[in-house]
Order: sequence, then structure tokens, then C-alpha cells
Amino acid sequence: MVESKHKWKAWLYLAPAIVLLLIFTVWPIINTIRMSLLENYSTMGFVGGARYEFGIGNFKQVLEYQNFLTCLKNTMLLCVLTVPISTFLALLIAVCLNAIKPLQRFLQTVFFLPYVTNSIAIGMVFAAMFNMVGTAFGTESELVITAGIINNVIEFFGGTAINWINAGSSYWANIAVLVIYTVWNALPFKILILLGGLQSVNKQYYDAAKVDGTRRVRVFTRITVPLLSPMLAYVVITGFIGGFKEYSNIVGIFGDDMGPTGDPGRLNTMVGFIYDALSNYQGRASAAALILFGIIFIVTMINLYVSKKKTHF
Amino acid sequence: MKVVLQNLTKIFPGRNKKVQEEVVAVNDFTFTIPDGKLIGLLGPSGCGKSTTLYMISGLQKPTGGKIFFGDDDVTELAAENRGVGLVFQNYALYPHMTVKQNIMFPLQNLRGEDKLTKEDMIERAYYAAKLVQIDELMDRKPSELSGGQQQRVAIARALVKMPKVLLLDEPLSNLDARLRLQTREEIRRIQKETGITTIFVTHDQEEAMSISDMIVVMKLGVVQQIGAPQEVYDDPTNLFVAKFLGTPPINVFEGSVKAEKLYIGDAAVLDVPGIDDRDVTVGIRPEGFVIDENGPFVCGLNSVEVMGRDVSVVCNHAASLNPVIRAIVDADNKVAAGATVSYSLKPHKVFLFSKEDETRLRFEVK
Repeated sequence: MVESKHKWKAWLYLAPAIVLLLIFTVWPIINTIRMSLLENYSTMGFVGGARYEFGIGNFKQVLEYQNFLTCLKNTMLLCVLTVPISTFLALLIAVCLNAIKPLQRFLQTVFFLPYVTNSIAIGMVFAAMFNMVGTAFGTESELVITAGIINNVIEFFGGTAINWINAGSSYWANIAVLVIYTVWNALPFKILILLGGLQSVNKQYYDAAKVDGTRRVRVFTRITVPLLSPMLAYVVITGFIGGFKEYSNIVGIFGDDMGPTGDPGRLNTMVGFIYDALSNYQGRASAAALILFGIIFIVTMINLYVSKKKTHF
Repeated sequence: MKVVLQNLTKIFPGRNKKVQEEVVAVNDFTFTIPDGKLIGLLGPSGCGKSTTLYMISGLQKPTGGKIFFGDDDVTELAAENRGVGLVFQNYALYPHMTVKQNIMFPLQNLRGEDKLTKEDMIERAYYAAKLVQIDELMDRKPSELSGGQQQRVAIARALVKMPKVLLLDEPLSNLDARLRLQTREEIRRIQKETGITTIFVTHDQEEAMSISDMIVVMKLGVVQQIGAPQEVYDDPTNLFVAKFLGTPPINVFEGSVKAEKLYIGDAAVLDVPGIDDRDVTVGIRPEGFVIDENGPFVCGLNSVEVMGRDVSVVCNHAASLNPVIRAIVDADNKVAAGATVSYSLKPHKVFLFSKEDETRLRFEVK
């Protein structure tokens, strides 16, 4: 127990962090709650001297707004599709990386590269790869069209090109591109965590399994996965939280229209919705942010509950 | 199942790429382990005893030489096909499984003809658990067990497949002193009951001596001596073995032989027929001293420690290579208080070693 006369010293050392947290985290949260509870709140109107009634009108508006439901559906869909796929792939890659000796360091770096690359930039590259029409140039009589590399590959193998992201593309083609991109983007972090977990597993468990004649599949399912379960739970939980905050990936591919040309907003997400509302309807944006927080909170609680039952330590 | 090691050698490549330095962990080890015996591999750390064990288990491949189980050459056989049970130093129990699941795990791996029904598995798991007396802890997780209990689970897991050979890597090193004593009796009992050829590794000579049928003393990858514990203790082949076995350790002196008499300092302490005149290293077991007022070997007296049945006399001598000399004498002997104490020596407790290569120089004991 610290003597009470020294307590002020402790507070002094903590002060810089506490002050910054109060200004940039605690106050914004309180302010968000305040704004969400003022009917039709708008900063501009506030400056103009408008007064706002206290109420839950913002929440009502958000929930009744058709656009919001689209955003919610898109966000949920991306989460449910990308988190399991990326976790499974990351586990597979991590186990493979852990099993090889030569080039391990090099490949580790290769797999980690997407993590340190700007996601908008990557999104633009993906957009180019999945492009249908590409760029047209040449004269009117001799028009040259370059398709994206993916469609080139599909056609090389005798398939027909798919309109992935351009005007007139189908919703599921868009989602497929987003899933591929999001999974690819989410892999490095998950691989890093799982590989770290694998490398900290005591090698003797594997020696013991070997002496007992355990088949490889069984070693994986009965030993590796259970021993990794705390890390798996961690990447799944953070994966869901990240998934619910999905925004920049879509901007990267489809631009801030959040949809293919001719159908803006079709792929909008929760965060996209908040950003859209932010410029004019801060009250509504705040309410949406709180709803998003509530959803993430509930999903994380479910995740924690499940992982407590399934993890073994 | 007898186990035959033939010129077994293990060389690890050097870590340093610039200096091609190889480490010879086990050097030309040849030994036949008789069926149903308990063998202790004994030596200081880094002597290659664990490497030998892992080569027998199949987890490490020998660089040279062969291993036979019975008449079958298993040198190239993978660990899982050798039918060995291995108990690791830190037990390596799967932390996410209960005791029962841990013990049943090796059985669930069996395939083809050997595949067991669930009832058979449970029955055999309980049989193994009863053998090591943990059948009441079957539903606990390893983290809920004490070190001694974990150790038993590890043994049960190794035994449940009815292995041809049971291998134990430092089985007692993680236990406290009392439990160690109890567990080593237990290992002896289990080995006797099952009759499985058992090889265990230890750096503790007392542990090895107390339960082994035979011990193998190793140093820097080279086998120094193989034999029954008492035999090796009574008749060490070199100074290393003599020093390594026995508590309190053997007393070592500078000495010389002149006209078939052994001199320590200026005193002729013993007749050593058959030894040429030369300088020697002398080892005398603590129980080799007999208090004798007219004895030829006079030492300075430091202190007397009474241990009940025995008395440990701590003394000093200019020629001693140990900091102090320890003699264990019967408590009936009254050690007279004084500056010195005189001993005569039991000839079969005195060993002479060459000063050059530390090998034993044998003299005739009358």
C-alpha cells in the first residue's frame, strides 16, 4: 500500500495520460451520447442559435431509415463471411509457415506486407485487377479495351469474363470481390498472432504425440487447435470488431459512392452511414455510432461467452 | 524385450557456420539391455544420456550405429512404429485434456487391427491409472494436479499402450525431495509389476543406484562404465566414475607408490602389491577409513558430525584434492577430541588412478 502522502505523486505521473484520455476519448463519448439524445441535432443549427428537444428521435430516424438497414445488412454479411474464412486461412498459413525452416523469415515478411500497406491503395489495385472494361484508348474505329487481370485469367482458361465491379454488376459479384479483398487484408495480423502462438507451444507435446503414433490430422485437431484456442478466440473477436467497422476497403474499390457506378450506396456500411450523416445530421450520426457500439458490444459478449466454453485454459 | 545398441553415435552439426565445429553427443555406444530390467543412464548434464534415450525412442536419428529391439532392427523405424512409451522430463501432459483423455489418447491413435472399442479403451486406461494409483483423479485437468500426480499420469499415459520399452527422461527432477524418494520406489514397483524393459535417465547418482538393475555411467558422450550399481561403486574403472558415484563423494588425494607401498604425504598408508613406483591419484571412499590410534594415516581434525547411526568425521590433509576429507565411521567409535585423528584404511575401499589418464591401477587386495 502506497502511503497516502505519496499519492499525489502517482496522480502526477498519471496526469498526462489521464488528461489526454479525458479530452480525446471520454469527452467525445459523452458528447456523442448527448448529441444522439437531442432531436435533429446539427452543429450548424446549434451555432445559429437553434434549441433542441431532448428525446430519442435520432435513434428512431436511424432505425426507420431504409439506407441504414442496407448498411447493417452489408456489414453483417461481410463480417459473417470474412471472419471465418480469414481465420481458417490464417491458421492454415501459420501452421505451414511454422512447419518450414528455409525461407520462413522471408515468407513471414511477405505475408505481413499487406498489413503495412495503405488499404485505399490496395483497394485501388484490387479495383484494377477486377476491372471489366479497363481503360479504353485508341481511335474510334480501332478501340483497344484492357480488362482486369482476373478476367484475363478467367478468359485464358476458357471462362466468360464476369462483371465484378463495374456499372451493371451484380450485388453478389461485388460482395465476392469485397470478401476476397477483406480476407486478404485481414490475413497478416491473424497470421502474425497465430504464428506467435504456434511458436510458443511446447515442442514436447508434438514429440509426445509422435511417440504415441498420432496422425497429422489428429495432431492438428486435438493438439494444435486446442492449444491455440486462446489466440483463435482473440483473432475472431478482433476480427468481428474490425469487420463491423469496415469502411475504407469499400472506398478503396468502389470510391466514396460506396457502390458500383449507377448504384451508389449499395455497398454502404455502418461506418459509411455514420460518415454520410456526419456532415449535416450529427445527431443521427451519433445515434448510429451508439447503435454500432451496442451491436459490437453484444457480438463481443457472445464471442467471449463462446470462447470461454471452448478455450481450454 | 531386450534392447541392443550397436556402435550408436550421434553428432550434432555446429551452430556456428563459420567454424565447422561438430558436437559428438554420443560416441560409439554399444550395450545390450537385458529383457525386463531397469537401466539407469547416469552422467552430468551434457553427457549424451538424454540423446541416447531419444535415439532409442526414435525422436532423434542416430548418425551412426544401429538399434535393435529384440532381433528387429528399428534404427530406421519412426517413433510411432517402435512401440515405446516415453515420459518427458516436464511430463508434456496435454493441458486441455483431462487425466482420462490424456491416458486414452495413445489408444485412440491405434488403427486397423489394433483398434479398440471405447469400452476396451476405458478399461485399459483405468488399469494403467490403477497401476500408478491415480484412478480417483481421472476427471481432473493436469493443472489441477500436483507435480507427483502429473508424473504418475505421464507414466500411465506411457504404459497404457503396453510398450515394449519404457523410457523415462529425468523422471524425478521436478519433484521435491520426499516425493522423489517415494516416486522412485513407485517406478521400481511398476517396472517389476509390468516387467517392461525400462531405461531412465538421471544425473542423480543416488537415484540411479537405488532402483536400477544396471547403471551406465557416461561422460561427454562416451560410456565410462556399465554394471550393477554396487559393482560400479565398488570397482570404478576410472577417477570420473569413482568421483561421480557415492554420497558423500569419494576423497581424492595426491599420492605416490614406492616399493609397493602407497604414500600419502610422507606416510606409507597401505600395501599396494603389483603397482610400479609412480605418482598416483588416490581415491578413498568415506567408509574406507577405520579409526585406529596407531593407524598410519594422520589427518587434521575439523569437526565431528553425528548422524545417528553413523558419525561423519570431517578432517583435512595437505595432500587432499578436496577441500575437506569426510570419513564415515560407526557411531560406536569414540573420536577423541584433539588436533588430529589417525586412521588405518580398508584396502578394498582405496582406489589408485593413473595421474596421466585417470584410469584405474588395480592392486591385489589380500
